[in-house]
Amino acid sequence: MKRALPWILFAILALVGLVGAFLRFTSSRDLAAYGSYIPWGLWVATYIFFAGLSAGAYVVAVLGYVFGVERLKPIAPMALAIALACLGAALVTVWFDLGHMERVFSVFLRPNFTSMMAWMVWLYTAYAITVLLALYGIWRNHPGLTRTALMVGTPLVIFYPGAAGALFGTVVAQSLWHSPVFPILFLFGGVLSGFSLVTFAAAYFSRKGAGYSDRVWLMGRIMLGLLVLYLILEWAEYSIPMWYQVGHEYEALMGVLFGPFWYVFWVFHLLLGMLVPMLLLALLPRNPLATGAAGFLAASMFLAVRLNLVIPSQVQPQLEGLVNAYRDRRLGYSYIPTLFEWSVVAFSVALAIAIAYAVLWFLNREKKLEVTQ
Amino acid sequence: MSENNSTQQQADGLDNRRDFLAKFASTVFAGMVMGGAAVKAEEAKRPLQLPTRLPGGPIQAELEYEDVLVQMQRELEAALQKGRTPKWVMVIDTRKCVGCHACTIACAVENKLPPGVVYRPVIEEQIGEYPNVSWRFTPRPCMQCDKPPCVPVCPVGATWKSEDGIVDIDYNACIGCRYCLTACPYQARTSDFGDHWTDGTPGQGKMPYEELPMFEYGKEWKREDHKSPVGNARKCHFCRHRLQHGLLPQCVTSCIGRATFFGDANDPNSLVSQLIHKPNATRLKEELGTEPRVYYLV
Repeated sequence: MKRALPWILFAILALVGLVGAFLRFTSSRDLAAYGSYIPWGLWVATYIFFAGLSAGAYVVAVLGYVFGVERLKPIAPMALAIALACLGAALVTVWFDLGHMERVFSVFLRPNFTSMMAWMVWLYTAYAITVLLALYGIWRNHPGLTRTALMVGTPLVIFYPGAAGALFGTVVAQSLWHSPVFPILFLFGGVLSGFSLVTFAAAYFSRKGAGYSDRVWLMGRIMLGLLVLYLILEWAEYSIPMWYQVGHEYEALMGVLFGPFWYVFWVFHLLLGMLVPMLLLALLPRNPLATGAAGFLAASMFLAVRLNLVIPSQVQPQLEGLVNAYRDRRLGYSYIPTLFEWSVVAFSVALAIAIAYAVLWFLNREKKLEVTQ
Repeated sequence: MSENNSTQQQADGLDNRRDFLAKFASTVFAGMVMGGAAVKAEEAKRPLQLPTRLPGGPIQAELEYEDVLVQMQRELEAALQKGRTPKWVMVIDTRKCVGCHACTIACAVENKLPPGVVYRPVIEEQIGEYPNVSWRFTPRPCMQCDKPPCVPVCPVGATWKSEDGIVDIDYNACIGCRYCLTACPYQARTSDFGDHWTDGTPGQGKMPYEELPMFEYGKEWKREDHKSPVGNARKCHFCRHRLQHGLLPQCVTSCIGRATFFGDANDPNSLVSQLIHKPNATRLKEELGTEPRVYYLV
């Protein structure tokens, strides 16, 4: 029963996800709550969430293979499998968000490089190739290839989360997004969340042999540092626009802190995603299970950060009175994701789990894994 | 003797001044009452002779009268025949706009807009508190910015700034990412989610008016299944398809208050050229530097 429980949970998640994906193809976007004044909703937030997870997981592999952190090297295959899985989930989620899914390849065939979105897609592609090559190197016992691929991927893993931040940061119309801190926030947020996810996986899904405790302890220390660093960056993100208590940014951030969805920031992000993990890591540094739990919380609750990055800026009307000028359900300034949107996210999560599991299962069968169960 | 004379002269002088002031005041007063007619203080009042007004004609026959629509139509035809690219500009006189929303509806009819897609909403704002209240109406078409923030963000180059100033969209290239929607500071772009006016209503499916083609960007489009423009970003294009046939944009012709003007800013004598250089001409969100081609007279 204990072994069956994860499978049952996964089956439920996958089933819900398949219903969501089926509805996405059959009913188009009728059931989604986003519209024209809030064009980007849960799916875009989920996309950058997964993209960040992928980058952070990749960093673990880079630390192991490129920067010679030996204690992290054994879990590099797992980190790469997670990086690939999260990248796949990210791209599928944003693909579902397109009005014309069949034209997605236009970004390759007729790219417009003044758009950060085009840059991001190309960077993703290059990055995905390095992930696949690194995994291929592990499969074929070719550490040189893995190392080279990861070396090439190192600048990419810096640029592409930065490009995702720039995708928002360059939008001059959205005062909350239009900030030079956004690319940096995205980079460090991605590294934090992805690193936390791999820490969770390393704590709960790797063999408890020699080096296990030390490895998880080290990862916990790094994670704690990243959590503190992110909080400092977040303080800059919030305190500067709010200082004079005027303007659109101030109103948007007040909405984040004290609006109807205040709990997304205070409970899901700050309490469960930051403070509880920091306490676990600070008070129980040598407890791998506590470190793993901290990793799970920090990684999963980061979706709250992504939601608070994407949505509050759009909730602020660009022109006062526009909402009453022409009434339609697609022309409003309130947004609550529908069950349909959440079910599509369930599909992405199930897909990520399936990809990660399949890659690890394959490498395990080929006896290429040192520590993964 | 000399003292007597000087006293008499002073008395005469005072009388003359009194007479003069009395006559002057009467004349000024009469002038105020009777317009510019020459009036003598002593004459009896006469009825004013106004110029004869022809039925349906202007009040003052000596002034030439022409509906601005006719003038703009003539200027439009001239601009199209000049052999050089016009620079289309729209001017909206907010003092004349009565908030009837005729332009919004005319635009929706012209372009067969589905629910949730609007090109020219009219923003209504109440100014002041009761009883000192007034209303301001601000029609908001696409600003056709000279530096459009929506253009560089498109990942596939499906939208661009045309030579004549209109920001176009290639419906067949747009992937529907809605990045341009987030980038427009005027929220002038809306996404076509494939909704129909008859969705959720009893009946036999779509109404005939929902199946009619529309001709945006000079092509015939039918909203069928998932074909473009369903799934695309959509916006006002100054009725490019009408301009191509020498017709003014639908919002201009339907404006009952003649509050919307349209024309070629390259022609210094055109109506819009004269209007945009007035001191009360302004643009929305000037501070962003997007250089809109829609001006407002305030």
